[in-house]
Amino acid sequence: MINHDDYVKINIGPSHPAMHGTLRVVAYTDGETVVSADPEIGYLHRGVEKLGEHLSYHQFIPITDRLNYCSAICNNVSYEMAVEKLLGVSAPEKAQLVRVIMMELARIADHQVCVGILGVDLGAFTPFFYLIIQREEIYEIFEHYNGARLTNTFGRIGGVEADLPKDFEQRWKKLKEGIARANEETDKLLTHNRIWMDRTIGVTTFSAEDALAWGFTGPCLRACGVKRDLRKDEPYSVYDRFDFEVPVGKYGDVFDRYMVRMREMEESVKIIDQAFKLYKDMPADAPLMAKVPKTIKPPAGEVYSAIESPNGELGFFIKSDGSDKPYRIKIRPPCYMVYQAFPEMVKGEMIADLIACLSSLNVIAGELDR
Amino acid sequence: MSLKDQVQSCLGPLVVAVSECQGDLSVEVSRENIKAALSKLKEDPGLSFDFLSDLFGVDNSELYKKTAAKPAKKAEAETAPEEPPKPQEFPPRFEVIYLLLSLKTNKRLQVKVRVPEENPVVDSVVSLFKAATWPEREAYDMYGIRFNGHPDLRRLLMWEGFPAYPLRKDYPLEGRGEERHLIYD
Repeated sequence: MINHDDYVKINIGPSHPAMHGTLRVVAYTDGETVVSADPEIGYLHRGVEKLGEHLSYHQFIPITDRLNYCSAICNNVSYEMAVEKLLGVSAPEKAQLVRVIMMELARIADHQVCVGILGVDLGAFTPFFYLIIQREEIYEIFEHYNGARLTNTFGRIGGVEADLPKDFEQRWKKLKEGIARANEETDKLLTHNRIWMDRTIGVTTFSAEDALAWGFTGPCLRACGVKRDLRKDEPYSVYDRFDFEVPVGKYGDVFDRYMVRMREMEESVKIIDQAFKLYKDMPADAPLMAKVPKTIKPPAGEVYSAIESPNGELGFFIKSDGSDKPYRIKIRPPCYMVYQAFPEMVKGEMIADLIACLSSLNVIAGELDR
Repeated sequence: MSLKDQVQSCLGPLVVAVSECQGDLSVEVSRENIKAALSKLKEDPGLSFDFLSDLFGVDNSELYKKTAAKPAKKAEAETAPEEPPKPQEFPPRFEVIYLLLSLKTNKRLQVKVRVPEENPVVDSVVSLFKAATWPEREAYDMYGIRFNGHPDLRRLLMWEGFPAYPLRKDYPLEGRGEERHLIYD
C-alpha cells in the first residue's frame, strides 16, 4: 500500500475537456509521475438495464442507441441479434447485407472520432477536421436511410426496415474517396510526425497476457498483438463471406492503438465494397424481414450473443420469463473491461500520458455507465 | 465429445445442474465450489476457458413468485380448499452468472451459482480473472452480493452511501428520491 499523504492528489474531471465531460480520475502524483490513479465512473449512469426490464422488446431498441452513441447501429444490431437468437429466427440474407454495410459505416465513423479526438487531446487539431468532414458524409447516408443521424434506431427484430437508399452507390463512391483522402492526410500529419511519435510510442504499453487477463477485446487487444476479432473467430451474420485482414499491433501502446484503428478503417471499406456487390446481385423484392410475431414473447430461457463493435466485444445477455418484457438484460460493454485496467496502465507514466492513454482507449461514457 | 460431456467430465461432482438454451450451455455449481470449478475449467487442456467475458447478478424473486402463483390456481380448482396453504420453498433469490470464453476453441459457457438473500456472499474470482474486478463491484453495487476476497469492494456506478440496491426487483423503476450529500475529502 502506498501512503497517499506523501503525494499530491490531483482531481481530473469530470468537468475537464480531456475527460469528455463524464469521467473522473483521482490521481496521486509524485512530481509529474502518476503513482496511483483511481477512475470513478457512473456520471452517466441512467439505469439502462433496469429500464430494459420495464420495456417491451421493441421499445428497448431506441435505448440501445444511447449506449455507444458514436456507433449506435452496432448496438442496435447486437441487441436485435440477441433477441433473434432467443426467438430462434435469423434475418434474411438481404437484411444481413444491409446490416453489415451499415455496421461497417458506423465502425468507420467511430474510429474517425476516436482518432480525431486522440489528436485533439494531444494538441493536433487539424486531423480532427479532415476526419469529421468524412464522418458527416457517413451521417448523411444514415440520414437518407431512416432519417436519424446519431441515434439511428436501425433495424427491427428479425430484419431491417428498408432497402439501402437509391443513391447509395453514388454516395459511397464519393465517400470512399473521401475516407481514403482523409486517412492519407491524417497519416501524413501524424504517423511520422516527430512530436506525435514522442507522445505516443512506448506510452502505456500493455502486454498481451495482461490484456487477456483484464478482459480486453477489440482494437485495444489487437494493439497488444493478439489476433482476435469476433468477425473472424466466431463469424456472425454474413461475415464469413468477406475477405479482410485483422490488423494487429505489437506493443499495445497508444501508437499501436492508433495504427490498428487506422488500418481497420481500410478493412471496413473493403468489407462494404464486397457486401454492396453481393447486395446488388440480390433480387429487388428479396425479403427484408423474417417472420416475427407483432408482440414478441420469446420462450423462457437465457442467451448471450455478442458482436464485434468498434470498441470490441459488445454482448447482450437476455433472460426471458416467457412474457413480453425481458426479465433481465445485461449489456457487456467493451470499454468497461478496458477501462478497469486503467490504473495499472498509467502507473509510473507522466500525467500528460494519462490523457493520451484515456483517449486512445476510446472510453465512451454512454456504454461505460449504461 | 460434445461440450456438455466435456464440461461434465471436467467438473465431475461439482455440477449441480446443466441446461441449454438455443445452443448456449449453462452449468450450475454450488456457491462453495465456484472458485474450484472456474479454476478447473481454466486449467483443463481440452476446454481452457481462460477468458472471463462478463460476470453479473440476477434477481429471481419475481420469477419465483410468478411460477408459484400458477400451480396454486390449478390446485384450487381441482382439490378441496380446506388444506392449509403450505409455505412456499423457493430456491435462493440471487444468481451470479459467469460468462466464460475459450480463446483456443472459441466456445462459450455460462457458469451459474445461486446466492441466498440472507447471506449473499460468494468467493471472489479476481485471483483467477482480473477481469472480474469491476463486474464484481457492480454486482455488489446493484444487488448487494458481497464477494469474499475482492481487493477493493466499493460501489461502482452509484455513489458511496447510496441506501439501496437498484437492480433488485423490489426497487422501483423511478427510484425512491435519494439525494446525494457531497462529502469533500
